[in-house]
Amino acid sequence: MSSVKPNTSTPVLEHDQVADNTAGYVANFSVKESPILRLKKFLHTYPIAAPSIVLLLAIFGFSLLIGNRFLHPFNLSLILQQVTIIGVIGVAQTLIILTAGIDLSVGAIMVLCSVVMGRMAIDLGLEAWLALALGISVGALAGFINGLLITRLKIPPFIATLGSWNVFFAINLWYSKSETIRSQDISSIAPLLQWTGETINFFGARLTYGSLLMLGLFFLIWYALNWTSWGRHVYATGDDPDAARLAGIQTNRILMSVYVLAGIVCAVGAWVLIGRIGSISPQAGYTANLDSITAVVIGGCSLFGGRGSIYGTLIGALVVGVFRNGLALAGVDVLWQEFTVGILIILAVGVDQWIRRGTA
Amino acid sequence: MSIDYQQTPVLKASGLVKRYGSVTAIDNADFELFPGEILAVIGDNGAGKSSLIKALSGALVPDEGEVWLDGQKVVFNTPMEARELGIETVYQNLAVSPALNIADNLYLGREIRKPGFLGKYLRMLDKKAMEQNAKAKMTELGLLTIQNMSQAVESLSGGQRQGVAVARSALFGSKVVIMDEPTAALGVKESRRVLNLIKEVRDRGLPIVLISHNMPHVFEVADRIHIHRLGKCAGIVTPQSHSMSDAVAIMTGAMEIEAA
Ligand SMILES: Nc1ncnc2c1ncn2[C@@H]1O[C@H](COP(=O)(O)OP(=O)(O)OP(=O)(O)O)[C@@H](O)[C@H]1O
Ligand SMILES: [Mg+2]
Repeated sequence: MSSVKPNTSTPVLEHDQVADNTAGYVANFSVKESPILRLKKFLHTYPIAAPSIVLLLAIFGFSLLIGNRFLHPFNLSLILQQVTIIGVIGVAQTLIILTAGIDLSVGAIMVLCSVVMGRMAIDLGLEAWLALALGISVGALAGFINGLLITRLKIPPFIATLGSWNVFFAINLWYSKSETIRSQDISSIAPLLQWTGETINFFGARLTYGSLLMLGLFFLIWYALNWTSWGRHVYATGDDPDAARLAGIQTNRILMSVYVLAGIVCAVGAWVLIGRIGSISPQAGYTANLDSITAVVIGGCSLFGGRGSIYGTLIGALVVGVFRNGLALAGVDVLWQEFTVGILIILAVGVDQWIRRGTA
Repeated sequence: MSIDYQQTPVLKASGLVKRYGSVTAIDNADFELFPGEILAVIGDNGAGKSSLIKALSGALVPDEGEVWLDGQKVVFNTPMEARELGIETVYQNLAVSPALNIADNLYLGREIRKPGFLGKYLRMLDKKAMEQNAKAKMTELGLLTIQNMSQAVESLSGGQRQGVAVARSALFGSKVVIMDEPTAALGVKESRRVLNLIKEVRDRGLPIVLISHNMPHVFEVADRIHIHRLGKCAGIVTPQSHSMSDAVAIMTGAMEIEAA
């Protein structure tokens, strides 16, 4: 031991003791909040609010502009049909964007899966359900490959899926020999593949099984995200991966599960796609990847991860569908539909940034 | 309370080494924590305190060296593995998820599921139970004055967030609780609460590792003080054997002490 004098009394700071004795609560700062700040906080707490308001305003606006033709149940169910594919692919994209990733390959996975389903059933003559199952396995495998690139090789999701998009699309062209499988062949050999396009009448609305499948998918993923541990872990991983890891979450496993699940959802999208267009074309649904990102972003999901709701994506998809349909009924040129969607995307991201500034 | 320093340490490490490129964050460090004690770890910024406790809690895997828990050799590859053996840690950067709410954060990684069919087959979370438990425990610990456990953590102040992290460790630690500067962002009153909490946890029989730069706090609560310098232990003192200025002198290298 060194030659130092022992220090016997335990030092206790006087002011600490005082603090100890004052009972009760820490000061509450009740600063008067401006309406703007309150709006910001509201939108921050309920990320689904902003897109819902836009959707309601759009429906209201187009009903005034176009009237009954727009509001007719048939037209409304048509909108639902038109957004079914982007909705399903949007579910996959939401899962990935919640983890602060992005998946550019979702469209390519969907098309590849549809081609696999078609060729297995039509060319190889497998049972339709088996062809379907094989297509879904291919989707899972594609998602698994994306997950490996991102978690093992640490390639940023944007680049990894930009690469796999091209690879999957090329495989799709090769495997399909760039040939379309005709609708008549499918309906005579494997009608199950077109089941998603069949409609049921519901008070003049024509709902397809595909649309119902999409709504079911939204419900399922909503449940998983909000009511299971897995869902909490997906949010935590996207929010702050280091914190999540230190809190004991195996973030790589979560990411893998998300990419595989997204691949499976894309394969379900493939089934919906076949029902929607009847035939199977290696060129179909090519824009689904960008459309899905559009729906997710307009739905209020943050591209920085950890924030957003799956229903936001449904609303985002409906917003796009309502604008496209409404503008078309109003006789506006297609190019202005694209213009409007573009403005909506920029607005949505602008609002997201504005909300995050100052409240977070 | 007297502690028997002849018994097997709860947590022990020897010869730990961790290099980051050319920086050696842990340089052949030894560490011992005995049952029922509060061990403070002090040292300059960059001395390697956080790195040391991360090696003990599975947050980093040391390049060399061994760790024993209750006399059993253990290797932690992830924080989960350490947690499963009862080592609970408050990290310096807190490791809370800002977008999740308080209850979710407290139970992150060990969520409670609903009883019966819903929980077993649908894996449904029991949000209500988690919120109620969270609220009860936070009130019991006197750490938080927040009423709403479903409030997102990002809407809390820095100190309140620290409260959440501290509460989590105190709630779930069953073997060892490690706190890396748990009072750094806290006000006088909240610091007091955390210090009292640390003593309470110790009185429950759990040993605690407390990293702090606040000498009065360290000297008030610690049974022993591990002084870390340049990536290794420069000596172990007690509040009775040395004064604060001695400890600081050892910490900065102005004074030497024979290895304990
Ligand atoms: N992830 C990392 N990559 C590179 N160097 C690191 C990393 N983490 C820590 N270091 C280095 O290791 C050394 C020890 O860091 P550590 O965080 O353990 O110090 P500390 O004693 O906790 O300091 P403080 O009191 O500031 O918290 C520092 O020189 C630091 O720069
Ligand atoms: Mg540190």
